[in-house]
Amino acid sequence: MALFSKQNKEVFTNPLNVDHPILGQVLGICSALAVTSQLKPAIVMGLAVTVITAFSNVIISIIRNTIPNRIRIVVQLVVVAALVTIVSQILKAFAYDVSVQLSVYVGLIITNCILMGRLEAFAMQNKPWPSFLDGVGNGLGYAMILVIVGAVRELLGRGSLLGFQIVPDACYDFGYVNNGMMTMPAMALILVGCVIWVHRAYFYKEK
Amino acid sequence: MKLNTNSNAYIIIYSAVMVVIVAFLLAFVYQALKPMQDANVALDVKKQILYSLNIRNLDGAEAEAKYAEVVKTEKEDENNGQKAYECQIDGKNVTVVSLKGMGLWGGISGYLAIDEEGKVYGAYFNHEGETAGLGAEIKDSQAWQEKFIGKKIWDENGNVVLSVVKKVEDPATQVDCVTGATLTSNGVDAMLKDGLKGFQTYAIGRMLETVANTDSTKVVEE
Repeated sequence: MALFSKQNKEVFTNPLNVDHPILGQVLGICSALAVTSQLKPAIVMGLAVTVITAFSNVIISIIRNTIPNRIRIVVQLVVVAALVTIVSQILKAFAYDVSVQLSVYVGLIITNCILMGRLEAFAMQNKPWPSFLDGVGNGLGYAMILVIVGAVRELLGRGSLLGFQIVPDACYDFGYVNNGMMTMPAMALILVGCVIWVHRAYFYKEK
Repeated sequence: MKLNTNSNAYIIIYSAVMVVIVAFLLAFVYQALKPMQDANVALDVKKQILYSLNIRNLDGAEAEAKYAEVVKTEKEDENNGQKAYECQIDGKNVTVVSLKGMGLWGGISGYLAIDEEGKVYGAYFNHEGETAGLGAEIKDSQAWQEKFIGKKIWDENGNVVLSVVKKVEDPATQVDCVTGATLTSNGVDAMLKDGLKGFQTYAIGRMLETVANTDSTKVVEE
C-alpha cells in the first residue's frame, strides 16, 4: 500500500472534516473548555495532544497483535500514561511557563477521550502508518478547535493575542471594556457550540 | 507457533515486562531532564521576587542578571522555612518576604516587598489551582497586585493591619477583594496576617532606624 494512497489520505483528512473528534465525535470537550482562555496554552495543548495521539496510536498499532484482549484497556492506558508523563517532563524542562499555565491539564491528557477513543476504534485494528495518520489528523482537528476558541476568548476577554495587545489603548479610552465572561469556561462551551453549529450546517448541506 | 494471548501466564508475564520497560523509560527521562527542571524552578522563584519589586517582563538571562544586581542577602527562618531577601533598588532598602497560605482549592503563595517605612513596596501572588478568571486573578491581574503598593502593614503596636476586605473602610491599610473570589481573597488575607506577624520586631526595628535617620517630616507622615 502506498504511503499516501487514497485510503490513507481519507484516514488523515476525515477527522479534520466530517469525522472531526470534537465536532463530529464530540470527544475531548472537557479539556477544550479548560485550557482555551488564552491562545498560547491552547496551541501547546493542541500540539501535545497531537504528538501523544500519534505516537500512542503507532505504539499500540505495532503491539496490537500481542496485546491480551482481556487487559487491552490497561495496556493502552499504560502506554498513554507513559507518553503523557514524558511530554509533561519535557514541557517542564523546556517550556516551564507554559507547563505552569497548563498545570493539571497536561496530566489529564491521559483521560482525554480522544486518545482512548482512537486507540480502541482505530489503532487496535490497523497498521502503524495509517494509525499514525489517524492520530495526527485527530490531534490536529482537536488543536484547530482549541486555537479557534482560544483566539476568540483571548481577543474578547483580554484584548490581546498570544500576549500581545491587539485592541488599541484608544478604544479603552472611549469606554471599551474587556468581556470578563470570555475568560470563564462557560463561554468556551458556548463558543464550541457555535462552531459545532457552523460545522453541522455546512456538512449536512453537502450530504 | 501461535501464542495463546489469553492464557493467564501470558497476561501476567506481558504486564510485568511492560511495566518494567515503562518504569525504566520514565526513570531515565526524569533523571535526564531533572537539572533543567530545577534550573527552571529556581529561575521562576527569582522572577517572582522581581515581580514583587515591580520589575516585570524580563526574560531568563535578563532576570538572572537583574536579580543578582538587586538582591543582596537571603535569610531563611529555620522553623517555618519562610524566607527574607534584602534588596537594594533605586537607592532604597527593600525587604522581600516569602508568604505561604491556603486558597480555595489549594495552596497559594506570594512575595511581598516592604520598604523602609514598613509600607508595601510591591506584591506578587501565585496559586496552585484557583479558578481561572476568578481566584486565579490574584496571580494574573497585575492591577490587583498593584493595589497593595503604599499600604501600611503594621500599626504602632506591631499588629498586622494590612488586609484584604470586601468593603474598604481604611484605604491606608485595606485592599479590595477580587470580585467573585471572596474565599481566595480571604486566603490571601490570612496568608498576609500569618506571614507578616513574624517580621514585626524586625520591621519595627528597621522603621525606628529610618525614622532616626531621616528628618522629622517623614515621622509626621507615619
